[in-house]
Amino acid sequence: MSTHTEQTEHIEHVTVGTFNKVWVGLLILTAIEVFLCYKQLPTLIMLTALVGLSVIKAAMIIAYFMHLKFERFSLFLTLFPMLIFCILLMLIFLGDATRIPAMRPPA
Amino acid sequence: MSTHVSAAPVGAWEGGGSPYATNSKKFGMWLFIISDALTFSALLFAYTYSRVANPDWPKPFEFFPSIIFSSVMTFCLLSSSLTMVMAVHQMNKGNRKAAGLWILGTMAGGALFVVLHATEWMRLIHEEHVTAWSNPFGVPLFGATFFGITGLHMTHVIIGVIYLGIICQAVVRGKFKAEDVEVAGLYWHFVDLVWMFVFPLVYLMSAHVN
Repeated sequence: MSTHTEQTEHIEHVTVGTFNKVWVGLLILTAIEVFLCYKQLPTLIMLTALVGLSVIKAAMIIAYFMHLKFERFSLFLTLFPMLIFCILLMLIFLGDATRIPAMRPPA
Repeated sequence: MSTHVSAAPVGAWEGGGSPYATNSKKFGMWLFIISDALTFSALLFAYTYSRVANPDWPKPFEFFPSIIFSSVMTFCLLSSSLTMVMAVHQMNKGNRKAAGLWILGTMAGGALFVVLHATEWMRLIHEEHVTAWSNPFGVPLFGATFFGITGLHMTHVIIGVIYLGIICQAVVRGKFKAEDVEVAGLYWHFVDLVWMFVFPLVYLMSAHVN
């Protein structure tokens, strides 16, 4: 079986209707984000909510628009665990940022 | 693509076949996307760190025009991703003319995004007096992070529109294969994906709420 045939078979599983549904889902999640930003939530809670929704949107784009859901799992394993690991390594330092305002000398 | 490359007859990891059952162009683009994702992750993390460390971070983005503009820009990019998917879909069916038209639609979405973004930049610079090194809010990092992140993203969009233009003219003239359109599509979706983080973190987190 050639690669082209495999790809065509994969794409046949995804109909135009699926792409439209994903697009509508992404727009709805965006609208929820805009709504949330006017809810006067504390910074860290707002940050968590917005990043959480953005991760869901990113996953939808990667899975359906970028077809990763229909690629071999080995491609996902090669690319994503190290990306996630590197991002988590950066996030270790975020705790520091919350301490900085408390460490400022009084004005 | 030859049968030999993708057949992987015995085992995916035993040599003689592609363990990913994909072509090298697509794999190369994926590697680029992952490395670029790390660049944007580092920038967005640096921004988030500064944002959390500064309780007096400015919130200058009014509902109109900033939030409306950036929401419409999000709509443009999301819709252009949909048209890009349709272009790949048509190209896989061998319909080059339709694929070319969908790519043109994608380019239009990208161009509209750039125009709206440039308008927003000009308004910030001329009306709010925000630049990359100073602003009236007393938090210089605001301008540096805002223009740094959105500027790098806008550069990606502009490169993407040029890239799609090259692919489009080749597709209409009967050159390039479906996989080339798909690889260009991967790049475009990535640009869209990055904006899904830039929009809430840079704009919504700094929206002016009365």
